[in-house]
Amino acid sequence: MTARAPRPRIAVVTFPGSNDHRDAVHALDLLGAEAELVWHAEEELPRFDAVVLPGGFSYGDYLRCGAIARFAPVMRAVAEFAADGGPVLGICNGFQVLCEAGLLPGVLRPNASLSFVCRDVALRVENVDTPFTSRCEPGQRLVIPVKHGEGCWTYPEDQLAELEAAGQVVLRYEPDANPNGSLADVAGVANADGNVMGLMPHPEHAVDPLLGSPDGSLILGSLVDAARGRLAAAA
Amino acid sequence: MKATVAVRPKEGILDPQGEAVRGSLRHLGFDVTETRVGRLVELELAATDAEAARAEVERMCEQLLANPLIETFEIQIAP
Repeated sequence: MTARAPRPRIAVVTFPGSNDHRDAVHALDLLGAEAELVWHAEEELPRFDAVVLPGGFSYGDYLRCGAIARFAPVMRAVAEFAADGGPVLGICNGFQVLCEAGLLPGVLRPNASLSFVCRDVALRVENVDTPFTSRCEPGQRLVIPVKHGEGCWTYPEDQLAELEAAGQVVLRYEPDANPNGSLADVAGVANADGNVMGLMPHPEHAVDPLLGSPDGSLILGSLVDAARGRLAAAA
Repeated sequence: MKATVAVRPKEGILDPQGEAVRGSLRHLGFDVTETRVGRLVELELAATDAEAARAEVERMCEQLLANPLIETFEIQIAP
């Protein structure tokens, strides 16, 4: 018998208008973490080993999606946590917030179709050397649902090669499966240091075979591993 | 002072909203070759100097009102 693996603490930040925070907590708990909701008005993130910004419509998505949420008091703490090397994952609206906050490259625009898209999509893992994909195989195909109206990731085309070369394009929609018209079929992108990632698909909705695909547990499970590593390093 | 900020989709950025509006206008029989849809922000400012007001609104645009990756902005100042 080995000792039970310690449960790392993961903050799930809740903004007014978040709606996937409870699913994220449930999924992370299921995968061995101790997830805790943190209200957007908090100014500190004490004792957390990872941070998740969940999906939803923070502050009504006024002006541009994520543009107002980045001024929430908690975002300063999230930026400090990220600067310290802590793993930060933004899902859907969380991705939009991280882009607007300048913690991730690019910006999310309305879907090219202008329609809200809600369906399973097939993804390809482009980089497994991240805290969010370490449980995946290179090139692995994942099926994870999307549900968004503004998921068209946009970035200056002449600078994309640089991001690709740095391995920052972590997840890509499979050819012909791009639900929003994002540049180069990008579904998930990381910062230069690799410890912050955002993705439009919802891994927290895909952790149980009963509900379709369990592939989301590879993403969130990788994050739990990274959080556990951080916890161990701090001990 | 009053300031009006026009925020527009950047040149070369696909504007699906503009495309949809253009399609509807053509449906109505208008011969429109291009439509771009932006946003208009009207501000009432405490500043009394036009130059200072413009500089302040520029900072607002850079920090919040527009995202330079996808949008341009144009400022008009009126007393």
